Amino acid sequence: MLRLPAFQFLQPSTLQEAADQLAIDPANTRLVAGGTDLWPNMKRRHQGAGTVISLRGIEELSGIEETNDGDLVIGATTTLDVIIDDERVQQRYPALMTAVESISSPLLRNAGTIGGNLCLDTRCTYYNQNEEWRRSIDYCMKEEGETCWVAPSSPRCWAVSSGDSVPMLCALGAEISLVSKQGERSLPLADLFLDDGIEYLSKRPDEIVTRIQLSAPSGERTAFWKLRRRGSIDFGVLSVAVAGWCNGDSTDRIEIWLGSVGSTPVRCADSIASLIGKPLDDESIAEAAALARKSAGANPLGNTDFVPQWRGKMIEKYVDAVLREVAGLTRQRMKPNHG
Amino acid sequence: MSQQTTTRTLKVNGEEHRIAFSLHHSLLEVLREELGLTGTKHGCELGECGTCTVLIDGKPILSCLELAAECEGREVETVEGMMQGNELHPLQACFADLGAAQCGYCTPGILMAAKALLQRNESPTRDEIITALAGNLCRCTGYHKIIESIEWAAARLRGDEKFEPPKRAIYGESIPGETVSDA
Amino acid sequence: MHDTDPVEEKTVVPTSDELRLIGTPFRRVDGRAKVTGQTRFADDLSFARMVHMKLVRSTVPHARIVKIDTAKAQEMPGVVGILTGDSMPDPFGILPVSQDEHALCIDKVRFVGDPVVAVAALTEDQAHEAALTVEVEYESLETIASVEEAVANPEPRIHDYGDEGNLHKKLSMSFGDVDSGFEEADQIFEDVLFFEGNTHLPMEQHATVALTEETDRVTVYSSTQTPHYLHRSLAKVLGLPAARIRVIACPNGGGFGGKSDPFNHEICAAKMALKLGRPVKICLTREEVFYCHRGRHPVLMKIRTGVKKDGTLTAQHLQTALDGGAYGSYGVASTYYTGALQTVTYELPKYRFDSIRAFTNKPPCGPKRGHGTPQPRFAFEVHLDKIAHQLSIDPADLRLQQLVAADSVTTNWLKVGSMGLGKCIEAVVAGSGWRERYGNLPEGRGLGLACGSYLSGAGLPIYWNHMPQSGVQLQLDRSGGVALFCGETEIGQGSDSVIAAITAEILGIDLHDIRLCVADTDLTPVDLGSYSSRVTLMAGNAAIQAAERARDLVAKGAAEKLDVPARELVFADGQVFHGENPDNGMSFSDAVIAAESRFGTLGTTGSYTPPRSPGRYRGAGVGPSPAYSYSAAVVETEVDPETGLYRIEHVWMAHDVGKCINPALVMGQIEGSVYMGLGEAMMEEQVFRRLPKKRSNALVHKHPSLLEYKSPTFAEMPPVTSYIIEDPDPNGPFGAKEVGQGPLLPMMPAVANSIFDAVGVRVDQVPIAPHMIRQAIEARDRGKEARFGPKSFPQIDFGVPLQVPTPAEGGDGKAINIEEAGVRSGTGTMTERKDSVKGDN
Repeated sequence: MLRLPAFQFLQPSTLQEAADQLAIDPANTRLVAGGTDLWPNMKRRHQGAGTVISLRGIEELSGIEETNDGDLVIGATTTLDVIIDDERVQQRYPALMTAVESISSPLLRNAGTIGGNLCLDTRCTYYNQNEEWRRSIDYCMKEEGETCWVAPSSPRCWAVSSGDSVPMLCALGAEISLVSKQGERSLPLADLFLDDGIEYLSKRPDEIVTRIQLSAPSGERTAFWKLRRRGSIDFGVLSVAVAGWCNGDSTDRIEIWLGSVGSTPVRCADSIASLIGKPLDDESIAEAAALARKSAGANPLGNTDFVPQWRGKMIEKYVDAVLREVAGLTRQRMKPNHG
Repeated sequence: MSQQTTTRTLKVNGEEHRIAFSLHHSLLEVLREELGLTGTKHGCELGECGTCTVLIDGKPILSCLELAAECEGREVETVEGMMQGNELHPLQACFADLGAAQCGYCTPGILMAAKALLQRNESPTRDEIITALAGNLCRCTGYHKIIESIEWAAARLRGDEKFEPPKRAIYGESIPGETVSDA
Repeated sequence: MHDTDPVEEKTVVPTSDELRLIGTPFRRVDGRAKVTGQTRFADDLSFARMVHMKLVRSTVPHARIVKIDTAKAQEMPGVVGILTGDSMPDPFGILPVSQDEHALCIDKVRFVGDPVVAVAALTEDQAHEAALTVEVEYESLETIASVEEAVANPEPRIHDYGDEGNLHKKLSMSFGDVDSGFEEADQIFEDVLFFEGNTHLPMEQHATVALTEETDRVTVYSSTQTPHYLHRSLAKVLGLPAARIRVIACPNGGGFGGKSDPFNHEICAAKMALKLGRPVKICLTREEVFYCHRGRHPVLMKIRTGVKKDGTLTAQHLQTALDGGAYGSYGVASTYYTGALQTVTYELPKYRFDSIRAFTNKPPCGPKRGHGTPQPRFAFEVHLDKIAHQLSIDPADLRLQQLVAADSVTTNWLKVGSMGLGKCIEAVVAGSGWRERYGNLPEGRGLGLACGSYLSGAGLPIYWNHMPQSGVQLQLDRSGGVALFCGETEIGQGSDSVIAAITAEILGIDLHDIRLCVADTDLTPVDLGSYSSRVTLMAGNAAIQAAERARDLVAKGAAEKLDVPARELVFADGQVFHGENPDNGMSFSDAVIAAESRFGTLGTTGSYTPPRSPGRYRGAGVGPSPAYSYSAAVVETEVDPETGLYRIEHVWMAHDVGKCINPALVMGQIEGSVYMGLGEAMMEEQVFRRLPKKRSNALVHKHPSLLEYKSPTFAEMPPVTSYIIEDPDPNGPFGAKEVGQGPLLPMMPAVANSIFDAVGVRVDQVPIAPHMIRQAIEARDRGKEARFGPKSFPQIDFGVPLQVPTPAEGGDGKAINIEEAGVRSGTGTMTERKDSVKGDN
């Protein structure tokens, strides 16, 4: 049986207590809520920790609340099944529900949390392996080694940002709050992510993600598609999230985000620019889809399931399909099974 | 890192156990190794197969990714708690009768996930069963007997005693043209 | 218990319409235990003072071991014992011709995952921590990663035995005048196809618990499909008399062939228990299960067939190249199996078969469900689909018009008994609406048809002997209960239920009055194991013999009391009564009392040995079976030509099982085979990754995990319409044939053929990934061949083929050119190898 290595385990009951504990030795301490990412990583020993702090006992971090302005505030340790079952999420952010529902399997979603999905460690098939396996490749740049094996002459790590809720929350303009012993700060969720497989979060090690805030819907139409081998369990190898604000025949504003195609969620800036002011029709969608494949940061490599060249091509096909869904246009073929 | 030991009270299948265990041990390890409840199996210990599923406060949860220390004050239910006296739970009876358990190794986890589903939804559609069970891998059955058993058990739990699994699920589809040649 | 004098005269011969239990869907005998969590798998066992063992495995793919340093591990908390290979110098292996494994590597490691050191500690945590501190110094050797590399690089040799260089096995056989067969053809078709390797992936990770009761006596509980073969290997390596070793096979949490070899961890656990005098447990991690492997060989195939205008096959030349991995395992048999069963479905008047199996620095391949036959079956059935398309013949008709006849002997001297393939094809053709829909569905939607056949047990045991392959012993007592002892192993397929039901049927008693004691080498008569779909037929026949003998004894006792001739007694519903006057009877338990009073303690035995096969040439031992099952499938698939993504919409599967012992179990095997076949067709692959050679010597399993090895979930499983065809075989118990493996075989080619019908392109390899379909479509759009698949088969000199005249040519089953035929005898025999291993140390 694969087991966890030993560690010191703390179960604070208040946020202040947790922040204080974390401040003692943040580099050697990890936070856990659902445990669906951390425990496997620690069992495989590519993440280690002298101390693990559980956020489960902190009531204020869990649950979904509505502000007076109609914004929705989701506590970071809210489990994914609770988000899927929330009627407000279902009605106001249906594509977010689809995205969250596509995360792993129902069993995992009963424990996994939204904060955990945002902070999910970047993934790579040279990295998410047991200690013994990684010894046999002399480790990799992300942990203990020197080479990024998926791109051996690369100076950086190309592990993949794989949180399925991330592109959709970015497209919806979500904000997050972080708390540390020093205090609290908020930032747009998109600013949490850095384009590097190792330093993939701008969050400091002593900070705790406490909540995600979503503005009340303002007439956007949304859609989310995910590509993966099986209809359950698997991480995405490509996800596409779109939120579009259209006025008559014109697109006023649109957000197109890709997940699992690089070390960071990717905003398709050129595709977005190409659509502003235009109607969402066959022609504009085809152009935006073709541009999406060239978005900065979208760089599928051979460190996930499926071959990278085909995944690259699928960016165009999937962006096309998702934009068509947002535009209310039909697509000839079946919708791929994404859970 | 030296091992930290803890003593906690765990409520499993309605019974409280005061037990000492290593703080870094999962619920799976404590159930099997401290409480002797080996009905809960394991297939990867990484949350990738669903074999170790138990119910915690009624929700199906992967016991390999749950620290036992975090289960204090929660209701844990395992396959050993399913029987009603000396009678099988309808899910168990239907699984046994239809052959939904072949090697039987994924069975406890699947029974737990199915039980949670039927607690939420007394007449799930086939799609709802598939969605709810999609985190549990089985290598033997091809899943159909499991789905048919859950449908049958759901009917029995609803009190629909007339429901029977389709004949073709047990004998196969009738062979085209055979009745003609027999006659 | 003594064996009471067997009475050969049959008292009552039940006719099929009198069967009470056989053919009905009874609850399997282990059903309740499995749904309550009471079934004790090997890892569920625990004993006082039990310690835990971990294996330190090689982190390099091919190297000489320079130094093993366990000093740090010795000092780690909780460590109680450490073993290295020098303590177990004798090699082992499942086949007598491939004794090439060591419990722990001695001189060399041959793949990443090869075990080198065993560490035992008080807890598994401690054993793992200690194992991580073991340092092994290696001197790296060049690695071989594929068949092509093995052919091109005879040196350095992975093993110092085998037919040549890095080729473990090389063979060439020709049945009949193949050249004349091709001359008779109007057209010759040729295809090159590839079947990627994949693994069994049982949900239960292998586990073993060993304990000693006496200084020189060890008991080994294990998740093994073959306790008898494990028993033999343990005796060999431990150097103990077999009588001092007891192997108990726990119910297996899935096997599929993956627990059929004796394994290093089993032998190490026994050795450690003997060293420490306390119980030792090892349970492998999922990664280690991928290293045990013994799964489907990757096979590259070239198939060339002569065909007349009307579709009649005149000759076939099949070449296969197997990537065997680092050890022999069942590989020699696997090699023969990639050709042996090509002849049992359609008339193939002349047939030539060449094959090699290469050693590579990867976990060893072996027998997975279908053992060696799914790969050539995939090639043949896709090839036939292309032939049918080219000749504008309906693929169903092409097959139906040239089925092998029942009760015939094939071109390569296999004796076919009952043969229900025609009925299978007709069932799936009718059920799927094939005649109306094939070729007529809209773009993106397609139907594919394929067939298959499999053994109901291999005709020969793995080691040469004249003893029975299955034995059953019954003990009757005055309570009316019957204890049934049999070496068969329950791996989920329902073998316990089959032998219990057969016995209960014949004795006319309730299933629950049979108490089973199975798979225990101390207590049960030998059964060779749960592999090659042999248990229903072989243990079933042994059970019939034992039960009939028991019934005859009881009948004699009862006859005296009832004053009727014993042969007129009927056994049914727990009663023994006069057939003509049912009121004149007694309970079964009273009848047992009468018999026990007359004969003393009651016990009988039954055994089974398969009939001798007509083939007499070298290699004729692989392929014969007492009975062949047949299957046919139609698969309906939806393909998105834009992306190549596809979904299986429906499967129609018909399987000729001879006779259902229990239809619920048969359905479970059919649906399970469809599932596993779909996995192999669509996504499952055991593949490896070599790092850039300039920077690293690594050659590692690409994804040894349940997350990245893609096993289909509930979400991928399509509706399945199953047809159970019953064409009873005289060799089967009540006519029964196998069902555990056969229905897997048509799935892979049927999927490939359905994709062709959907989008008009061929993917000549499995698993079929969406990018392959896309690439084939793009190739077609560029005016190139509408195909994705291997381009060529390597140039290999197979030598002079062994010439065996066919039955139609008046042959006698023997080869006619033994002197000149065959490959050069190997450079290095097993004996030499054994000496060299010993000499080196």
